[in-house]
Amino acid sequence: MDGELVRTRTRRSVGEQAIKVLLAGAAVLSVLTTIGIVVTLITESSKFFGEVPVADFFLRTDWAPLAGGASQSFGVVPLLWSTLYLTAIALLVAIPLGLGVGIYLAEYASPRVRTIFKPIVELLAGIPTIVFGYFALTFFTPLLQDQLGIDLQVFNGLSGGIILGILVLPTIASVSEDAMSAVPQSLREGAFGLGAAKWQVVLRVVVPAALSGIVAALVLGASRAIGETVVILVASGNNPNLTFDLTVAHQNMAAFIANVARADVSAGSVAYATIFAVGTTLFAMTFVLNLVAIRFVRRYRQVYE
Amino acid sequence: MAVAETAVTRKVVERASSGARTKDLLFRAALLLCLFVAVLFLGVLLVDVAIDGVPLITPDFLTNFPSRLFPEQSGIRPALVGTLYLMVLCAAFIVPVGVAAAVYLEEYADPSRWYNRLVEVNIQNLASVPSVVYGILGLAFIVRGPIDVWGLGRGSPTLLAGALTLGLLVLPVVIIVSREAIRAVPPSIREGALALGATKWQTIWKMVLPGALAGIATGVILALSRAIGETAPLILVGAIAFRLTDPTIDGQFSALPIAILQAAGEPRPEFQVLAAGAIVVLLVVLLLMNSVAIYLRNRYEQKW
Repeated sequence: MDGELVRTRTRRSVGEQAIKVLLAGAAVLSVLTTIGIVVTLITESSKFFGEVPVADFFLRTDWAPLAGGASQSFGVVPLLWSTLYLTAIALLVAIPLGLGVGIYLAEYASPRVRTIFKPIVELLAGIPTIVFGYFALTFFTPLLQDQLGIDLQVFNGLSGGIILGILVLPTIASVSEDAMSAVPQSLREGAFGLGAAKWQVVLRVVVPAALSGIVAALVLGASRAIGETVVILVASGNNPNLTFDLTVAHQNMAAFIANVARADVSAGSVAYATIFAVGTTLFAMTFVLNLVAIRFVRRYRQVYE
Repeated sequence: MAVAETAVTRKVVERASSGARTKDLLFRAALLLCLFVAVLFLGVLLVDVAIDGVPLITPDFLTNFPSRLFPEQSGIRPALVGTLYLMVLCAAFIVPVGVAAAVYLEEYADPSRWYNRLVEVNIQNLASVPSVVYGILGLAFIVRGPIDVWGLGRGSPTLLAGALTLGLLVLPVVIIVSREAIRAVPPSIREGALALGATKWQTIWKMVLPGALAGIATGVILALSRAIGETAPLILVGAIAFRLTDPTIDGQFSALPIAILQAAGEPRPEFQVLAAGAIVVLLVVLLLMNSVAIYLRNRYEQKW
């Protein structure tokens, strides 16, 4: 009797242990994904940097990796510039609009208004980015050219940058709204009790109280804008430009990578290896931004939950 | 009670200073303007795409292969079939793996251990890695690299490689949403099952997972709708726009976003507008998926 009981127990616990290991394996796969990304980027870029000196890549301003012969050059500065410039334009659009939407939904909207407009903002976030690219190229650029009379090239940084901002807007709106909704009601009531008007309560109490979450929203938005591919690929053209001029083509790092992959570049060539050097740069930048965002999100969760 | 008091205090304050009242109105108007601009962009985008695209939707458009010569005969069949294949294969990968990881993190993992915290931060970070970087991973690791989808691809782009790449891309979404669904199942349910002599796994399988099913299904559908809308990773793993046969799992493939990208880049307007047709089809597929998600949530959501 006794022996049987013990045996059943052991068999059971062996099965239970096996299940636990299997489940843990699935969780470990996500770590392996990161390791896979890092290993790929490092090994392939080291091939690239065997051919092109690191200093040339990061310091020179002539960028023509796909050109043939002597005119081929690998100074990444213009590409970095266009990436950051397009991101800045996008954030210029997305930060005021996104925060405005976030504040309205968190602080002003009645529950009924919120149930209507929150899904609409989520819908905006759910539309594939290629659709935004098509819209920028075939609707928004002609609109800027014809209705506003701006002298734009067909592929330009202005249209791509603004639409990139619209793309990032829902990220900023929903993360900042979450942060503000987590601010305890008692803080608002205290401020009202001291005679503050609604806008004062929002701007001087709720926003500062939710600041770490709002910073996280902005950083996540920046990370999305830096890494976005197709909008820029479709709307802003195929070469970066070291200029403030937005009427001409600009290309960001992600769009460059996609463009090389689409072009017939033979695997193993230096031009092809550029994908990985640029990819490493892009991954490093977004990685730092993501860690900063994760840290800030954690901070506001700790304070109020 | 507290709310009523707030409303009263607010009235008193507002009466006391009329300057603050004007500022309040201005601030509110500015916020509404932001919301208006966002909704306006969405509305104009949808209407613009619908005006261009809806007239193109005919049975021929859905079942014809693409044509470089005759826009009126050109169709999106390989792209549509490719997208549906990708969706099914991707689901077959992310459902077991994503749910298993979520169960581990919620039910087994001790959050004070450094390795479990590492997994957690890692998943949060993976959720915001640019999709083109997953494309690089897919290209170097799955299409050409050590995994090579069990030799099926033999170094060339295959549908299976595309589906796996998209799966890795959206896995964090499945894990994060499934964890929330599992966390929403109250501890008393688990305690009841354990007290009746169920093992930990029996408790999870028979009590926790059924309770979290609606939430998990919603997460999976969300993830799949993100996957089939992605373009960049498919460019990298080598999806092509012009295919004149139906895709196979171990062969070259097309997908709707790739067809849209190709058409949008067409210099000839009569071909460029085909992109709008493909966009309408893609948006309809996404709409159907999200309707299913909403239905599942309303029909099966557990109220504890």
